[in-house]
Amino acid sequence: MSTELTKSTIAIAGENALIVYFGDNPSPEISRHLANTTQILEGLLAESLVDLVPSYASLLVIYNPLKIDHHGAQKAIRNALKASANSNMAESSDSSKVVALPVYYSTESGPDLQRIADHSKLSIDDIIAIHQQIEYRVYAIGFAPGFAYLGEVDPRIAMPRLSTPRTKVPRGAVAIADRQTAVYPAQSPGGWNLIGLCPQRMFDPNAHPTMPVQVGDRVRFQAISRETFLDLGGQL
Amino acid sequence: MNVGFNVIQPGLLSLVQDSGRFGLHGIGLTTGGPLDRNAFRWANRLCENPENSALLEVAVGGLTLESTLHTRIAVTGAAMPFSINKKPAALWQTHTVAPGDRIELGFASAGNRCYLAVAGGFQIDPVFNSVSTVSREGLGGLHGDGSALKSGDFLRLAQPMETSTLWQLDEHLRPTDSGNSATLRVILGYQHAAYDNLQKQRFFTSEYRVTKNCDRMGYRLEGAAITGAITGILSEGICQGAIQIPADGQPIILLSDRQTIGGYPKLGSVLSLDLDRLAQLGPGGKVRFEPISIEQAHNLLLLAEYRFQSLTLTRI
Repeated sequence: MSTELTKSTIAIAGENALIVYFGDNPSPEISRHLANTTQILEGLLAESLVDLVPSYASLLVIYNPLKIDHHGAQKAIRNALKASANSNMAESSDSSKVVALPVYYSTESGPDLQRIADHSKLSIDDIIAIHQQIEYRVYAIGFAPGFAYLGEVDPRIAMPRLSTPRTKVPRGAVAIADRQTAVYPAQSPGGWNLIGLCPQRMFDPNAHPTMPVQVGDRVRFQAISRETFLDLGGQL
Repeated sequence: MNVGFNVIQPGLLSLVQDSGRFGLHGIGLTTGGPLDRNAFRWANRLCENPENSALLEVAVGGLTLESTLHTRIAVTGAAMPFSINKKPAALWQTHTVAPGDRIELGFASAGNRCYLAVAGGFQIDPVFNSVSTVSREGLGGLHGDGSALKSGDFLRLAQPMETSTLWQLDEHLRPTDSGNSATLRVILGYQHAAYDNLQKQRFFTSEYRVTKNCDRMGYRLEGAAITGAITGILSEGICQGAIQIPADGQPIILLSDRQTIGGYPKLGSVLSLDLDRLAQLGPGGKVRFEPISIEQAHNLLLLAEYRFQSLTLTRI
């Protein structure tokens, strides 16, 4: 058992929720431990479980307080953590795929590119190039249906969230928040910095699968022209 | 045979809701479901429906329906003028309706949301196991696409329900009207350690106002700004009632249509029983907070559930 995997802490989130922190920074090792724990916990909590929200380095456990109290839920979590850390995680198969996503980068489609340029002292072209250089990992899905959190962004173009979130971010917006990047799958409020638009649907309830990516997949962004963006069904 | 209700006027925002969509946070789906869960549960119970039955959550008001069958209906929640064929009808009790009857909900004089249930519940195809409408996700509702009720919509029912037993919830058992204000009990949690005692005192002794940005996703408040040691975190799961503190220090209370994951620090969460009250506030509503322990929260939840299960309706 690696000592890294035994450092998890459990905190109260709300009347029916506990949050497990697996570490301060995301890593492939933590991701596997997290996925493992999530799976074990589903079995342990069974009927007392309402929902689970795995993220970068945390797991929100929502339970039914009429069926189990927080002491009982904590105990189940500790048992799941132990079982996960003791299991041989090297065995877990890596079924991840690489997904390429087209992006129309421009100040027209990415209103915060200039903000990032001012902050980073880089040119807009550099920011666009740097954003495409990394093969990102899908660390979590959440915030909205199909919203995949990708990491990690090159520190040169990392950018804090807006202090007041926008009330409307368009569908397909490609955005950066600190060292995370993502594509907004639907119009929604949001506080991330917008740098471009992706014409590909990230969530379609009528499609199979409903999402082009899943947790553990890799994502590459590829710049496309305004014309190609519109040809692919993108809307400005 | 198609029996049910014709939507003559949809009102400002009338949404089909059941208890919500659970177990799907993993693909980013929020729960949806009623904002005032207490009123939702009583509306279904008055109609002798199973707990998860589909009904209408009517925000602000302005709804007109026309019945094509004999059945029973009940309206609970905000004080909206409610009439059947222009004859005033009481909230918190069942009424019979006949083919051709017009059911009208005017605009709320106090409160924000009403729940209109019908015996047997509306028959609507679920999306991801629930009919709850989540506009932001484009999921659920009458057409499955997250849209609100529109004129010309038809709300189908399984069958006429002619049983004559009518019920009411006695007045002293209904939620008390405390005007446009609410005290919300809070369980500290998440990143609360990032806020020192001075900030916590400020939070628990200040009065906040509901801003115009208040919807099914969350209520943005305005008042004494809370400053913490951190302004951003690695995005993590958000539970019902979570109190998010963005960099401007103005709290946001997250509700049924909340995002499942987010990166603003959180002080803790509001007790679900008090979210019913918050959901009935509109812009300008006054909010205060009061800390409670997780044990107190669980006691209150168990008591509330016991009360709901053991209270009996009165036959009228």
